[in-house]
Amino acid sequence: MTATAAAASKGRSTGLLSLFTLGAMPSKAVRGGLQVASLLVPLLLWTTIASLGLVDEKFLPSPQAVFRSLASMAESGILFQDIVASTGRVFGGFLLATLLAVPIGICMGVYPAICALCEPLIAMLRYMPAAAFIPLLIIYLGIGEEPKIALIFLGTIYFNILMVMDAVKFVPIELIETTLTLGGRSRQVLVQVVARYSLPSIIDTLRINIATSWNLVVVAELVAAEVGLGKRIQLAQRFFRTDQIFAELIVLGLIGFAIDMGFRLLLRQSCKWAV
Amino acid sequence: MELIVENLSKRFGEKLILDHLSFSMHSGDFMALVGSSGSGKSTILRLIAGLDQPSSGSITVDGTPVSGPGPDRGMVFQKYSLYPWLNAAENVAFGMRLQRMKAAQIKERTAYFLEVVGLSDAATKLPRELSGGMQQRVAIARALATNPSILLLDEPFGALDLQIRESMQDFLLKLWQRTGLTVLLITHDVEEALVLAQRVHVLAPNPGRIIRSLDIDLDKTNLDQLRLSSAFLSMRRSLSATMRELEPALCLVKPC
Ligand SMILES: Nc1ncnc2c1ncn2[C@@H]1O[C@H](COP(=O)(O)OP(=O)(O)OP(=O)(O)O)[C@@H](O)[C@H]1O
Ligand SMILES: [Mg+2]
Repeated sequence: MTATAAAASKGRSTGLLSLFTLGAMPSKAVRGGLQVASLLVPLLLWTTIASLGLVDEKFLPSPQAVFRSLASMAESGILFQDIVASTGRVFGGFLLATLLAVPIGICMGVYPAICALCEPLIAMLRYMPAAAFIPLLIIYLGIGEEPKIALIFLGTIYFNILMVMDAVKFVPIELIETTLTLGGRSRQVLVQVVARYSLPSIIDTLRINIATSWNLVVVAELVAAEVGLGKRIQLAQRFFRTDQIFAELIVLGLIGFAIDMGFRLLLRQSCKWAV
Repeated sequence: MELIVENLSKRFGEKLILDHLSFSMHSGDFMALVGSSGSGKSTILRLIAGLDQPSSGSITVDGTPVSGPGPDRGMVFQKYSLYPWLNAAENVAFGMRLQRMKAAQIKERTAYFLEVVGLSDAATKLPRELSGGMQQRVAIARALATNPSILLLDEPFGALDLQIRESMQDFLLKLWQRTGLTVLLITHDVEEALVLAQRVHVLAPNPGRIIRSLDIDLDKTNLDQLRLSSAFLSMRRSLSATMRELEPALCLVKPC
């Protein structure tokens, strides 16, 4: 039997087990079904447990209760206000971190001297938990928006820098040298070749790291805030409103998921050559 | 144009890689440097391109010492040298863009050089949609488009399989005959050097130095005939013998 025939007959071997053959790719329909199940199964489980009354409703509210509280928060405008406040902080802090991290990361990736100068410091700073800076930030910046944005900035910039730096190291040296022999100057090489070549990895880096800023915004709001999804969760705890906590958690998850998809879409649109 | 390489030496750390190399080229020359792997071929080309600095000796183009890379010395690497996010035409235009040529002129020259390398139909294809041979032709067109006075080729066909390699050799020879380019080709393939170049230098390794130079005056109107002609075959035998004598592997057979 030829190798392809062997592979074909293997692929045909039916049953669940064939899904776990290494390198095997289930059909699009199968994958879609599994993806839907990934969300649907936990939801069904939750509904069943809640409707059977296995757990006190104070601790595990039913999906209906959560949905009702979501609807009432949406109606009163609180939800919208919270979302705007939290996403504003996330985008503000993360945008600042990105604007600084991308050029620094590129320079560190390209110039060994700059890398040697910055890497030890950054490697140490990134192990200082961002949340530990909160007291200091409140002392320095008060309790307005600034400390929250600064916290997200501090919590994401180091990872952004290091991951951009790593991405840049994958730019083939031949591509840089070709550009030089075509008459490219340093700036042209950095912007038009190094940054451009690394763009897909940079977008992916941002996609992964923005998740951290969602963690931090909630932490920041738990400490000191008037509005925001994290703040609402804390208030809900005070009034034992687990339904509200669940609703806010689901909103956090959905927004995060949407941002993730947004980055994936951006990657697919701007870097067709790489996907 | 006159390229003069004089007493060129290069060390990496303690190790001497190139030892007092001298040769010169004039406009319209096609010269080949043949040597085994590690004999310092790429190093020579990088020095001429200005991507590395000599340890001693000099390289001058029209009397001016080479001090860094520039578009007057176009370079084509063995691989990985097309911009993957640009299509063939945009790749060809890239060097001209870097030099801020006028848009109309860029457009015209891009079309012309794509035509020269026979890829007008592939203008809008991304590099990954092109075969290895087509990619190297785009790279050559891109280097030519910035109007270099010499084209430096570092084993440009080394990654291609034999058949495509031969057709690329035909292509390069015709290109040279048609345009009067100045070409410095580096290769480890004796046949490739003989087919293409007017003058061939053989490089011995450890340290890299020229041990034999010969002028090739063969009739190159038909390459298929040339490859089978007795004059060609005897030159090839002789050059191959020279190369084999340099092969360190022989030391394993002979006690040394
Ligand atoms: N940047 C460098 N630092 C240290 N040694 C180097 C460097 N570049 C090249 N060398 C050494 O110089 C020698 C010649 O390298 P070079 O790449 O010029 O050889 P080559 O003839 O082009 O070989 P190949 O056919 O494999 O491409 C090799 O022994 C290599 O290890
Ligand atoms: Mg080489």
